[in-house]
Amino acid sequence: MHELAITRNIVEACRARAGNARVLCVTLEIGTLTCVMPEALRFCYEIVTDATPLAGSELEIIRLPGISRCRDCGGEVIMHDPLSCCPCGSVHLTPPQGGDELRIRSMDIEEAD
Amino acid sequence: MCTTCGCSTGAHATLTDPATGRILHLERPDGQVPRQEPADPSPAPPSAPAERHARAHGTTVPLEQAVLAANDRLAERNRRWLATRHILALNLVSSPGAGKTTLLERTLRELGDGLPIGVVEGDQETLFDSERIRATGCRAVQVNTGTGCHLDAEMLARALGQLNPPRHSLVMIENVGNLVCPALFDLGEAAKVAILSVTEGADKPLKYPHMFRAARLMILNKLDLLPYVDFDVAACIAYARRVNPDIDVLSLSATRGDGLAAWYRWLQARLARV
Ligand SMILES: Nc1nc2c(ncn2[C@@H]2O[C@H](COP(=O)(O)OP(=O)(O)OP(=O)(O)O)[C@@H](O)[C@H]2O)c(=O)[nH]1
Ligand SMILES: [Mg+2]
Ligand SMILES: [Zn+2]
Repeated sequence: MHELAITRNIVEACRARAGNARVLCVTLEIGTLTCVMPEALRFCYEIVTDATPLAGSELEIIRLPGISRCRDCGGEVIMHDPLSCCPCGSVHLTPPQGGDELRIRSMDIEEAD
Repeated sequence: MCTTCGCSTGAHATLTDPATGRILHLERPDGQVPRQEPADPSPAPPSAPAERHARAHGTTVPLEQAVLAANDRLAERNRRWLATRHILALNLVSSPGAGKTTLLERTLRELGDGLPIGVVEGDQETLFDSERIRATGCRAVQVNTGTGCHLDAEMLARALGQLNPPRHSLVMIENVGNLVCPALFDLGEAAKVAILSVTEGADKPLKYPHMFRAARLMILNKLDLLPYVDFDVAACIAYARRVNPDIDVLSLSATRGDGLAAWYRWLQARLARV
């Protein structure tokens, strides 16, 4: 369950930047080829944010797919997971570009006014 | 479970030099995350309007930061440290019992005379594996991760400090037996080597695609047991190449010795490049 560690890293990074402001939403970019499961992350997020300035905030997850090329038909293959195949049925693909992102894109904080 | 994963509230990883019995604690206070670097002042890509609309009265703060940035920075530091000393470091990963320590022992006995080799042993508990390594006459440092299920870059940095490997040497890192978490954590090694034994089933590369994607080399071990198990070597290699078309593959028996010459050639070829 590395998702709990990942979540702690995320929450800590956001807390450090948010100061005292309440965090409304955190937006993550997670590649489809990383071994981090969004559902597990959401589950951990609720627990880890409890009693922090992130409590109750929304977690937005943007999935970024890896892109491979089919060695048989030459077509582009969108890798929704590490075992995706080409629509032509081939599993002979080039090593994917991207898909291994694990980034905090941004967060929305309450305006101090 | 993972220390970084935090599943291990208050767990301490320890580092032991079996030669001296000295124990160092790697402090991992609960929830601790290494300091953030100052934010990148360059403007972030504009956020989509959709990102903003739902949170009226909110301000979007661009972060654009890798979740494992702290580990990755330390890993890069390890990589530079190793490179300036012309040290080849390999990160051995497998399920528990695939034969990492056995292969290391054999390699140390057969190559250790001509080549300085140091070993970093990662296990949750016990000094057993580093003692097995020391019995071959090689330097070994044991990292006990406690409830942590993988080594991270900070643990390797501390272990390298303790091991103090000479220039132009080989450092073998035996990661904790686990085919999931170690895939995520760069230690600064030159390559990950995934070891799979023929008793585990040929479909492992499809069940744990991330590890086989992260590895540079897959070693099929326990080849001597092939007559007794239902294991399709060609299918296993095809599965590994499906998730990682560029992966090198070697088949061997760490106990009987089949295929070891090719493993040593693979090592020598990598050594020639550092
Ligand atoms: N038949 C056979 N047995 C082997 C071979 N390599 C290792 N073993 C046996 O497999 C068992 C586990 O080997 P280890 O080298 O301790 O495995 P490991 O990967 O270091 O295990 P952990 O550190 O616990 O994850 C031992 O009983 C070894 O003797 C092999 O090539 N053939
Ligand atoms: Mg071992
Ligand atoms: Zn195709």
